[in-house]
Amino acid sequence: MSGPAPISRRPPAPLLPAEDARDGALVFVVTILCFIACLALVSALAANRTAHGWRTELKGSATVVVRPGPNETPDAAAARAADALAGVRGVGEVEALEKEKAEALLEPWLGKDLPEDLAIPRLVTVELDAKHPASAASMEAALQAAQVDATVDDHSLWLKDILRAGLLAQSAAIAVAALIVAAAAAVIAFATRAGLQARGDLVSVLHLAGAEDGFIAALFQLRFGRMAAIAGLMGAGAAAIVAGLFRLIGGEAGLMPVLPIAWSDLLPLLACPIAAGAVAAISARTTALSLLKEMT
Amino acid sequence: MVEPPEPDAGPVVSFEGVGLGYGGGPEILKDLNFDLEPGSFHFITGASGAGKTSLLRMIQMALRPTRGAITLFGRDTTSLQRAELPLLRRRIGMVFHDRRLLDHLDAFDNAALPLRLAGARLPDYQADVAELLAWVGLGERMNSTPPQLSGGEQQRLAIARAVVGRPDLLIADEPTGDVDHEMAIRILRLFVELNRLGTTVLIATHDDDLVARSGRPVMHIEGGSLRRISSRGAVA
Repeated sequence: MSGPAPISRRPPAPLLPAEDARDGALVFVVTILCFIACLALVSALAANRTAHGWRTELKGSATVVVRPGPNETPDAAAARAADALAGVRGVGEVEALEKEKAEALLEPWLGKDLPEDLAIPRLVTVELDAKHPASAASMEAALQAAQVDATVDDHSLWLKDILRAGLLAQSAAIAVAALIVAAAAAVIAFATRAGLQARGDLVSVLHLAGAEDGFIAALFQLRFGRMAAIAGLMGAGAAAIVAGLFRLIGGEAGLMPVLPIAWSDLLPLLACPIAAGAVAAISARTTALSLLKEMT
Repeated sequence: MVEPPEPDAGPVVSFEGVGLGYGGGPEILKDLNFDLEPGSFHFITGASGAGKTSLLRMIQMALRPTRGAITLFGRDTTSLQRAELPLLRRRIGMVFHDRRLLDHLDAFDNAALPLRLAGARLPDYQADVAELLAWVGLGERMNSTPPQLSGGEQQRLAIARAVVGRPDLLIADEPTGDVDHEMAIRILRLFVELNRLGTTVLIATHDDDLVARSGRPVMHIEGGSLRRISSRGAVA
């Protein structure tokens, strides 16, 4: 045999036709899924941070409701309560709220210009040591010792609700993310199945020429993994723009006070292309290997 | 081209009492018994639909016989694990009747496919593939895709792909069906040259002239059965 050898040759062309990867509908679907997943993630992060803030705030303080004795003014009773609490270990600042402040707290329910003879309980706010907060029992004991008729509210009732709400938000976000991952995996599995069936001629030639199942599966794995990574990038980008707009419009408090988006919430979105690519690659490989076993 | 592996002891292909039927129907091939010794060269002849292609597909392990045993390179194919198939198939070069070229790859990449699947790198095979393509008359068409090639050119490309890895066994289904007489002779010479280097060759053909010119033994399929005929036309 004789003939001129080529001086240089471009790298071998992909064994799967390039046009198979340009399935616009598939890219669109995966992009939308990634977009929803990213928004769910940002919302979950914002909700979690809000719940954590509330938790810290409630855990770091207590409220004492003081009922004055028969021969005592409310102000005097509150002052005695504050004195008694100031000496308790684990208590920081103690402040007896003035009558006007107590009325202001009740204003949403009772309105303005309350009757003079209405017995409004006096409140004492207690800031607790962050590391070793005083317990409700120790504060109640100190109040009893000082013969002050009072009830200590260490916000434990609210804390339970806050914790439950935070857990619910996190669980919902995880459930949404899991559903989206499952949907994305199913979409890719469907596309891989269609791709293998459409390229049955190619798969047959590769098999008969000695290609291993893993080699053929890797073609689809790489193809769909790359496509999903690009779709993930687009979905995450769109979600970042939307979340960024919310942050810009709403300022630090956010568009909704319950979901104050921070710029740092957008950082995890960087992982979306990698996660989407990985899910698609695993789904495509698993599906392809399963189908190839049925082929000769 | 890659170096041929060490020859196996015993026949390259052995059929023992092999029968083949489709979908529970009557057998189209029955009681096939033959051996292809290493380095042998045989033709398979028979009328259209006699079962030549089915026989070749069984050798390629693309079809399972409904009964009997096929041994390839000393391995019983009925007990083969799926993971073992690729390595055995890489030892077989196949020219398909319908060519089965990949339309999105150019002639060079099509011809180089078996080498690529075996893990060879472009710099290692580039010169060999170019030389082979030039030899089958496609030196100027190596950047063309199959749809841009004529039927004869596609046939030559399919042959180049089958022989590029210098397989231990070459099976060809009507390899000269779409080429002119001169190219058919050149292709036969290529097969003979490969055979001389140790490749076992089995060619299914209708081309009586090719068979006569080669002087090689013929296995004729008729009525689903195989008859071995000497090169001079006498029943062996």
